[in-house]
Amino acid sequence: MNIFATLVMRDLRLAFRRKSEVLSGVFFFVVVAALFPLAIGPEPAMLRQIGPGVLWVGALLASMLALPRLLEADYRDGALENMLLSPHPLWLLAAGKIAAHWLLSGLPLVILAPVLGLQFNLSSDALSVLCLTLLLGTPVLSCVGAIGAALTLGVRGGGVLISLLVLPLYVPVLVFGAGAVHALQSGLGAQAHVSILLALLLPALFFSPWACSAALRIALE
Amino acid sequence: MNSALLSAKEVGCERGGRSLFQPISFGLQPGQALHLQGDNGAGKTTLLRALAGLTPLAMGEVHWRGQACLENRSAFHADLLFLGHALGLKDELTAIENVVLGAAMAAQQLSPAQALTALSAQGLRSRAHLPLRVLSQGQKRRVALARLQSASARLWLLDEPFVALDNDAVLALQALLQAHVAQGGVLVFTSHQPVSLGKQMQSLRLQA
Repeated sequence: MNIFATLVMRDLRLAFRRKSEVLSGVFFFVVVAALFPLAIGPEPAMLRQIGPGVLWVGALLASMLALPRLLEADYRDGALENMLLSPHPLWLLAAGKIAAHWLLSGLPLVILAPVLGLQFNLSSDALSVLCLTLLLGTPVLSCVGAIGAALTLGVRGGGVLISLLVLPLYVPVLVFGAGAVHALQSGLGAQAHVSILLALLLPALFFSPWACSAALRIALE
Repeated sequence: MNSALLSAKEVGCERGGRSLFQPISFGLQPGQALHLQGDNGAGKTTLLRALAGLTPLAMGEVHWRGQACLENRSAFHADLLFLGHALGLKDELTAIENVVLGAAMAAQQLSPAQALTALSAQGLRSRAHLPLRVLSQGQKRRVALARLQSASARLWLLDEPFVALDNDAVLALQALLQAHVAQGGVLVFTSHQPVSLGKQMQSLRLQA
């Protein structure tokens, strides 16, 4: 378990020494969320309607933007080889990489979402549900995305391939994440959607490190 | 063959569906070194990666301590130190941080002070706190070699360890390899330069 924390700390430290990469994803999210109200016009009812969807699509794309970098640098400089040859179980190391990815590209979105949600005239209830769904949903994005990143490792034009591979798998998270806020707004309550998100999260957390490590072994042959 | 720590039997490697060299066999007892030779593209790197368990073997078997290597992967990897062409170092981290992390990845506790000692032995004391990207190619290799200094692994697989080193560093590395072998370690390395590590060294030429 110690190596898990070490690896997460390493990735965080690396990220803070090249801040631009982390900030670009977060900035992308902010800009996308800010552009929609400007383009669509200041009608509160309309904004409230599209707000959750826009924020969720923005979060999804921002999380995906960071995926190619998840393993690429470690692949190029040989650090991945060292991970494969480590006596530590590879799935634990993969889990560390995934956790670091979420801390850098998922958690900032969860924190920023309430601020950006204000532009869409979302009520405080809707904002808290939006935050909760992002908190449950973005780790799924990191988990599924990491498998895609491991599978496309070393492939030329891998970035585009990741989006083709991973975006369709993101759809359930998007549907139930944005759907939860809509359900709350229409008075149905968000509980069902949140439960389904949780049901997506648990198997993703369980299987993703394992699938990721299998893909890494193939990628480095 | 039975007392050999590392033994390879009729090992062959493929790259792009083409077999690279004639199947080879060797056995290394504690305190023995093997110098792999061959032309460019003969398959030295592929063979080393296959011995480490990164690339699957096309044919043959490799045994470590009498057990097939991939049968008990984590036990084998705890005994293994592999240094390939890519050094696995991070440009953004300092030399010390790199050495400490490299050790942690090999399940070895190393304090920053111990890392500094290892780096000093490589003549990098004054560079130890600099980020790696400002170091030269040869200095980066020395940082990677500092891992050898503090490693507890019994089996070293080194791919071209002498590349990009100056004369002093070459001599220091030779001494380090000799010490490892003298302590009963096993060493397999590739090099285009002639290297002498005493009479415990065998040579093997890969032939297509």
